[in-house]
Amino acid sequence: MKHTLAVLVENRPGVLTHISGLISRRAYNIESISASYTEEADTTRITIDVEVDDELQLEQVVNQLSKLIDVIKIIDLTHVDSIHRDLALIKVKANPKTRSDIVDIVEIFRAKIVDVNRETMVIELTGEESKIDALCAVLMDYGIIEIARTGKIALSRGPIAAKNM
Amino acid sequence: MEILGSDVVLESLKKEGVEVVFGYPGGAVLPLYDALYRMKFPHVLTRHEQGAVHAADGYARATGKVGVCIATSGPGATNLITGIATAYMDSVPLVAITGQVGVSLIGKDSFQEADICGITTPITKHNYLVKKIQDLPRVLKEAFYIARTGRPGPVVIDISKDVFNDKIDYIYPSEVKLRGYSPVFAGDEASIELVFEKMRQAKKPLIFVGGGVNISETSDLLRKITQLTRFPVISTLMGLGCISNADDEHLGMVGMHGTYAANMATIECDLLLGIGVRFDDRVTGLVKDFAPKAQVVHFDIDPAEINKNIIADIRVVGDLRWSLPLLYEKAVQYDCREWRNNIHTWIATVLNWKQENPLDYSCSDDVIMPQSVVETVSQLTKGDAIIVTDVGQHQMWAAQYYQFLNERSFLTSGGLGTMGYGLPAAIGAQFGLPEKKVVLFTGDGSIMMNCQEMATAANNNVAVKIIVMNNQVLGMVNQWQRMFYEERYSHTCLKGSTDFVKLAEAMGVRGLRVTKPSQLRATLAEALQMEGPVLVDVWLPVGEDVLPMVPANCRLDQMVLGGADR
Repeated sequence: MKHTLAVLVENRPGVLTHISGLISRRAYNIESISASYTEEADTTRITIDVEVDDELQLEQVVNQLSKLIDVIKIIDLTHVDSIHRDLALIKVKANPKTRSDIVDIVEIFRAKIVDVNRETMVIELTGEESKIDALCAVLMDYGIIEIARTGKIALSRGPIAAKNM
Repeated sequence: MEILGSDVVLESLKKEGVEVVFGYPGGAVLPLYDALYRMKFPHVLTRHEQGAVHAADGYARATGKVGVCIATSGPGATNLITGIATAYMDSVPLVAITGQVGVSLIGKDSFQEADICGITTPITKHNYLVKKIQDLPRVLKEAFYIARTGRPGPVVIDISKDVFNDKIDYIYPSEVKLRGYSPVFAGDEASIELVFEKMRQAKKPLIFVGGGVNISETSDLLRKITQLTRFPVISTLMGLGCISNADDEHLGMVGMHGTYAANMATIECDLLLGIGVRFDDRVTGLVKDFAPKAQVVHFDIDPAEINKNIIADIRVVGDLRWSLPLLYEKAVQYDCREWRNNIHTWIATVLNWKQENPLDYSCSDDVIMPQSVVETVSQLTKGDAIIVTDVGQHQMWAAQYYQFLNERSFLTSGGLGTMGYGLPAAIGAQFGLPEKKVVLFTGDGSIMMNCQEMATAANNNVAVKIIVMNNQVLGMVNQWQRMFYEERYSHTCLKGSTDFVKLAEAMGVRGLRVTKPSQLRATLAEALQMEGPVLVDVWLPVGEDVLPMVPANCRLDQMVLGGADR
């Protein structure tokens, strides 16, 4: 089962080494990880998608991560009403014949075209992982040149911040 | 007043109560060594950085204080790695200070540059790279706090040479502010209530003592609890000494080379109280059949240890200095007579196991049996020495046959199993406890892995007694080759390669040799009485196995037994 963890850590050099080092040492199965600074300058927020066999394994992941001195707090957002988003940039072949078809598809997915030239266009899409996968599947027919995707980020709905949960 | 970064380090060590540091100089720590010289700070020069880190470890284990070692950048720092990993696996409080190249040279593959924070991340409780002197006092304060509190462990501080040479108006912080670190002390009192209820109902209870009791120095309290309850006790390698071996109810060490009684009790018990243990694979044998009939209670300070290897039915997360007093209070208030009636049959059973199947070996008039070496030292020192070991057969014989009476009296690399740990650790222990008799059991394999430290012992007149259990083979691997590889002794024979007496004498350590059982006691007694460091080369037969033994992936009751009549 997949769990989404919001990990609040000190914004200091070496923090990501400590996190990634622990994940590899304990052989945890991480599907995605994304990190950035937050509303507090000294805090970094890392969203980790982890695949675990059961609750016991999840508890191990959380407890081991919590042991890191840099880790301030970990919140499991899996069962919290929350918004989960990935961002993808997709460069796809688009000649004058196919361009309008692709524009239709982009509209259906509520994606955005952010670059166009004679041979290709770049599409930007935010959404849940499955939605991005679906767009990629459709665009395959036109010829995808390259894709860049972020890991997932997640935020709970409602007024309470993760740090206060 | 502004002082140099190197002086900041030493002033801070003084404030942390550091009495001695172990180290080895080099380019990047030249300013720090200059400060050691100027300030006359007590420093022990080892002959290898690995010696320095193990010595700091031995000092820490023997005294409970934070051990400190110093090494230079690059190879100096990488030579610490084995020692840091050793300390990490056994939760030893350690601060390792390494020099780093100048700030502008970092990341340029400079001379003697290594990314020591990157390298030590998986084997430290925490580490720091200090590139600005403004950070130095805070980092030192945090490092000592992190190393010694909660579940102790090693912390590395990598300090750029520029920082040692820079100046600052020195103020040592009075407290640490770490948002992500607040070690657990008190846990959930209701869990203690629950445990006590289980203890009252248990028909076959068993107390299982681990290194956490040594670390938290709660053996007095635990002894009071066992005296009240009369519950039988088993111990891990790291827990030896917490309960006196002289106690009837102490069944000895459990696990791969555990006693018959301890292993059988684990299989048969209905309540297992694991106290400061981590259910290592050398203890559990086949995990799924470990304590198959028992409800497991797990006392530990580290929540990540709960359910890591063995599922606990009840967890008591907190410092043993919190949980054991509460448990004792409950036991004192309770009328234990009814209770003892409950477990009367069980006690009789385990004592019978202990009596019928003691640790045993065949005696000989011709050759010195390794077990008898440990027994003799045990008798001569009356169980009161600090026993240090290397790793291998001699380590297990020391664990089995020495009659430990006190906590912190057995220093051994349990988790990592580091050959070469023993001699420098013994030196460190002797520095920490100058009044104590420190005896090292080592092997003809292990001693060679840090034999250069005999020079350190000789130079500083450190009175360690080095007993080389010389059986001409890498005994433990040799034993496995005998038992599981059809006697194909691949590269485990060391026969005749080294004259240990000459080696000792060459480094200024007195050397003795004993080859006959009739001379054993007199020679060991002589060595123990001598001033200064002594090495005794004890010639043993090849081919003696450490028994009992639970082969890999077997249940604890599937032991290969030893003994005189096997």
